Amino acid sequence: MNSLRSRLARTGLNVFAGIGLAYLFMPIFLIVLFSFNKPKGNYNIVWQEFTFDNWLSPFSQPSLTAALWMSLRISAIATVISTILGSMIALALSRRKFRGSSVINLLLVLPLTTPEIVLGSSLATLFLGQTFVNFGFITIVIAHVMFQVSFVALTVRARIRGFDWTLENAAADLGATPWRTFRLVTFPLVLPGILAAALLAFALSIDDFIITFFNAGSTVTFPLQIYGAARVRIPPQINVLASMVLFASVALLVIGTLRGQRSEAVRAMRGKRGK
Amino acid sequence: MLALRANGAAISTRADRVGLGALIVAAICLVALGAGWFDGPLNAVIVLVLALVVVGVLVLAAIGGPEARRLLAPYGLMKPGLLWMALFFLAPVWSLVRISLSTKESRFSVQYDFNWAWQNYSKAFSDFGGQFQRAFLYALIATVLTIAIGYPVAYVIAFRGGRYKNVLLGLVVIPFFTSYLIRTIAWSTILADQGPIVSVLRSLGLVGVFEFLQIMENGKLLNTPAAVIGGLTYNFLPFMLLPIYVSLEKIDPNLVNAATDLYSTPTAAFRKVVFPLSMPGVFAGTLLTFIPAAGDFVNAQFLGNPNTTMIGNSIQDQFLKQNNYPVASAMSTVLMVSITALVLLYTRFFGTEELA
Repeated sequence: MNSLRSRLARTGLNVFAGIGLAYLFMPIFLIVLFSFNKPKGNYNIVWQEFTFDNWLSPFSQPSLTAALWMSLRISAIATVISTILGSMIALALSRRKFRGSSVINLLLVLPLTTPEIVLGSSLATLFLGQTFVNFGFITIVIAHVMFQVSFVALTVRARIRGFDWTLENAAADLGATPWRTFRLVTFPLVLPGILAAALLAFALSIDDFIITFFNAGSTVTFPLQIYGAARVRIPPQINVLASMVLFASVALLVIGTLRGQRSEAVRAMRGKRGK
Repeated sequence: MLALRANGAAISTRADRVGLGALIVAAICLVALGAGWFDGPLNAVIVLVLALVVVGVLVLAAIGGPEARRLLAPYGLMKPGLLWMALFFLAPVWSLVRISLSTKESRFSVQYDFNWAWQNYSKAFSDFGGQFQRAFLYALIATVLTIAIGYPVAYVIAFRGGRYKNVLLGLVVIPFFTSYLIRTIAWSTILADQGPIVSVLRSLGLVGVFEFLQIMENGKLLNTPAAVIGGLTYNFLPFMLLPIYVSLEKIDPNLVNAATDLYSTPTAAFRKVVFPLSMPGVFAGTLLTFIPAAGDFVNAQFLGNPNTTMIGNSIQDQFLKQNNYPVASAMSTVLMVSITALVLLYTRFFGTEELA
């Protein structure tokens, strides 16, 4: 009796998790489905008929393509800057506790506990009161780096928390200069963490809407273009480009998982051989 | 030259204080410049101080020897990033508060007079009090719903995922590789009157039930408060699910085995062992969900109606459409202060050190 009840509860929980996953995929299914739709009017929201046309002409909407290109450029530049600045902070914070490190921790967490709309509007008030830069490309990059730096610093710090700093001393004892130690010992060890942080920062930047909206001026990024289009006309090419990004990231994820499994398998085999 | 070296050696033992001091002074200089504390010639003095501080630390590092360099290194490494944040995060907060207390001569003027204009705040509360209430209410309900959905899913993945753990985790993350706006617009299609959900409910004759539950209004699912809350729940679900998963994943299964070995029922084992140990995840997830949800305006715009607007919609509208920067800044400031207060209270009662 008891075991039947617990088995029922077990199955019930698994079914709930399955429904939860299905819920997560509902809009995604719709986005991919409607990339094959042939819409009648301006809005691609009612299913009409199946077509490959949209997939054969994904870049036929010049404004959409231009916006995507703009987003890629902004995110690439912002990610490079924020990854360098954030990793430097993480490296400084991870060695040992030093004077003022708790205040700096607080400063790093603050942007994460501030709503995006406050970050966006306050930065816009800063730019309103000056004459050095106009709203546009540069202000968007500045805004993106501002919120990315915290994410990069915290991610890299979390990833290198268990790092064995005595390796640096070992290198120094063997006569390596500080620069050589950094290049040959420290950097290769922290690199995976930095790359993971850069990927996260890029993903946050390319999908950012609210902060960008306040600091864009007349520059149009991909999310801003979708926002504008949603009020006038939603071309199916939006769905095609979104599906492409989706499939590309899934492919990356699958390759990453497979490679991870393979390296694990290699390690396991080496372990056996060692015995 | 020798004297200088000796002097440098004396300073070098306290180089960390110098480094921290230089960092703080440089940050204050940048906030002063960015937020416009002073006008005209005084700004030139600030720039000079900033340059002197930066060059001074470099000189100290050059003449102070290896010990000074070791103590100064962390501050030097952090300086570019932290100064960026001082100029583009701290200074803007200052200018936001300043503009929230200023008046503008006319709608299209760009000149502000700072005159402690508290009427911006009374206007923010009197005209947009409803939006504040809805923002916090919707964000709270959405946060509770993300726990209700995210916790069981995270639990199943962490404890029953087995070798498919990473695949299942990937499945959770994949939907969020599509753009936030496109996802929300897709929900507006799903919830639309001619969409799949409303059609199914209609053919099952359940519309009345859903109206009774106040999920539907006048036979509609789209453009209702429930749709806005549903959108918030969907869009912030991974921010709840992933931290909970991380904390569940860390739990040693032997602890649960020990509890059942001591004749604890599975329910009691969950309540007394697993759940308390997963609290850091719930805590982090709550912050990561509630804060962005309270400031969001995208869901209310695409899934709601004019009576479901949240404070984000008002800030956006006043700032970018009405060019009413003072009142928009007042609303932003109130949102920032109330969220910070809530976070501090919440941290005090449920806090863990794992946040930072």
